[in-house]
Amino acid sequence: MSVERMVVVGASLAGLRAVEAARRAGYDGELVLVGDEVHAPYDRPPLSKAFLDPDGERGAGAVAQFRSEEVLRDELRVDLRLGTRATGLDTTAREVLLGDERLPYDALVIATGSVPRWLPGTDPAGPDGPLEGVTQLRTVEDARRVREALEAGARIVVVGAGFIGSEVASAARKRGLPVTVVEALDVPLTRSVGPEVGVACVELHRAAGTDLRLGVGVAGLDEETPDGPDGRRRVRAVRLTDGTTLPADLVVLGIGVRPATDWLEGSGVALHDGDRGVLVDATLATNVPGVWAAGDMAHVENPLFDGEQHRLEHWTNAADHGAAAARHALDPAAAEPVVTVPYFWSDWYGHRLQFVGTPRADEARVVVDDLATGGGLVVLYRRADRVVGAFVVDLPRVVMKLRRRVLDRGPWKEAVAFATGSEVPTPR
Amino acid sequence: MRIVADLGKCEGLGMCEAMAPDFFEVDEDGVVDVLDAEPGEEHRTDLTAAVDACPVLALTLQG
Ligand SMILES: Cc1cc2nc3c(=O)[nH]c(=O)nc-3n(C[C@H](O)[C@H](O)[C@H](O)COP(=O)(O)OP(=O)(O)OC[C@H]3O[C@@H](n4cnc5c(N)ncnc54)[C@H](O)[C@@H]3O)c2cc1C
Ligand code: SF4
Repeated sequence: MSVERMVVVGASLAGLRAVEAARRAGYDGELVLVGDEVHAPYDRPPLSKAFLDPDGERGAGAVAQFRSEEVLRDELRVDLRLGTRATGLDTTAREVLLGDERLPYDALVIATGSVPRWLPGTDPAGPDGPLEGVTQLRTVEDARRVREALEAGARIVVVGAGFIGSEVASAARKRGLPVTVVEALDVPLTRSVGPEVGVACVELHRAAGTDLRLGVGVAGLDEETPDGPDGRRRVRAVRLTDGTTLPADLVVLGIGVRPATDWLEGSGVALHDGDRGVLVDATLATNVPGVWAAGDMAHVENPLFDGEQHRLEHWTNAADHGAAAARHALDPAAAEPVVTVPYFWSDWYGHRLQFVGTPRADEARVVVDDLATGGGLVVLYRRADRVVGAFVVDLPRVVMKLRRRVLDRGPWKEAVAFATGSEVPTPR
Repeated sequence: MRIVADLGKCEGLGMCEAMAPDFFEVDEDGVVDVLDAEPGEEHRTDLTAAVDACPVLALTLQG
């Protein structure tokens, strides 16, 4: 069946790349992009970086929109449904449910991404309503809240020493504000990059003067006694499991995300037993014909790493897979496995952190360790005699060359020799 | 065809180098070096992929 109506649900990076790729592939039929945010697709990584910078620096406080609504509508001929939530999926009738409306499709790309987790009692949709002064950082509205608090010189407590939480801490330190980061693990980031790198990351926090509390959880949040007639709840302090109380004007939660797939429950699209992400094969096909998925919510088989399943929360993954899913949806017979090397970056305290490949390895070895002396760091990941990943700080020149070695399933020894031979420090 | 890199925008993320290592390289300072600014037409597919991969839209192809 040839496709006459393609629907993409989720109007962020993966969804945008899907509609762009569809038109680029010469698809001339109807193209609908549904997204529950009111904004045209915008870029998230700057929200925890340039957006939080003090004024006068590049990008500060400005939203990085990829393409304007006009360009999407007029040039790409996209039927743009912003502020519209998909509430369900009828895979038999081939219809996306938008509340009472039914939107038929021949080909569907799911790209609803992920949503951050709340601490108990803080979800604005919960029984007690919003708790002011507690936020996540996912949307432009969230970022404005954080930026305003930084400008007001707020006392900030970040919960979770992951990448986004650490970037918020960097932004606070850049303005000379004190900041505390609370992390339940003894070594942060063990799941995403392994303990060796986690230890190095702890040093970056310490050197920047961030108060990092490891191995301690949040016992509860203290609230201000409501004084106004509106009786709104507002946070006053964070209570930790070790008995400490940290006064706070703003609490930023960086405790991870979950796939935004509530609307797919019961639809027949296979979801992961644990986190409910969408399961797709290496071509990004779901178990349901005509339905494809890409981006933060998809568990994808990667042929490069022995067919292992990965659910990645990376920019390049969402961009590449969004485009590939659309091409495959339009021409399933030509769909091929997508082979990509996972890649992400993060900016902490003036340092550039980059990771390529997978951290699931037999060994992670620190091969360049010059951070303390103003140089860089390289950690390589080995599986049998192959290099499968690399974590690099402040050595931007080597990263893509290591990525190439991972892609070529290159030998471990050569990767080590290359990395150790190129340890020219590169201050940024 | 001409490759134009906006070095004010480039953040040295290196996706262009990943897509087309013969034409782009991130240098020591963490910004891109364009190795051959006027490549032949036969490279258009690779170069388009590189331009599209740049997360900060720092690259354009002219002509
Ligand atoms: C603050 C921040 C900093 C980041 N920094 C980096 C970084 O430095 N490097 C890096 O590699 N990655 C970074 N990331 C991750 C990167 O931004 C994500 O991987 C990327 O946005 C994923 O794109 P996506 O399109 O899959 O999902 P999302 O961006 O999550 O988009 C999904 C969209 O679908 C919408 N949606 C959800 N449910 C529905 C529904 N039922 N109906 C309609 N619409 C729906 C959502 O509102 C959203 O607009 C960062 C993320 C954040 C939040
Ligand atoms: S992909 Fe863009 S940001 Fe990255 S090095 Fe190339 S031009 Fe610079």
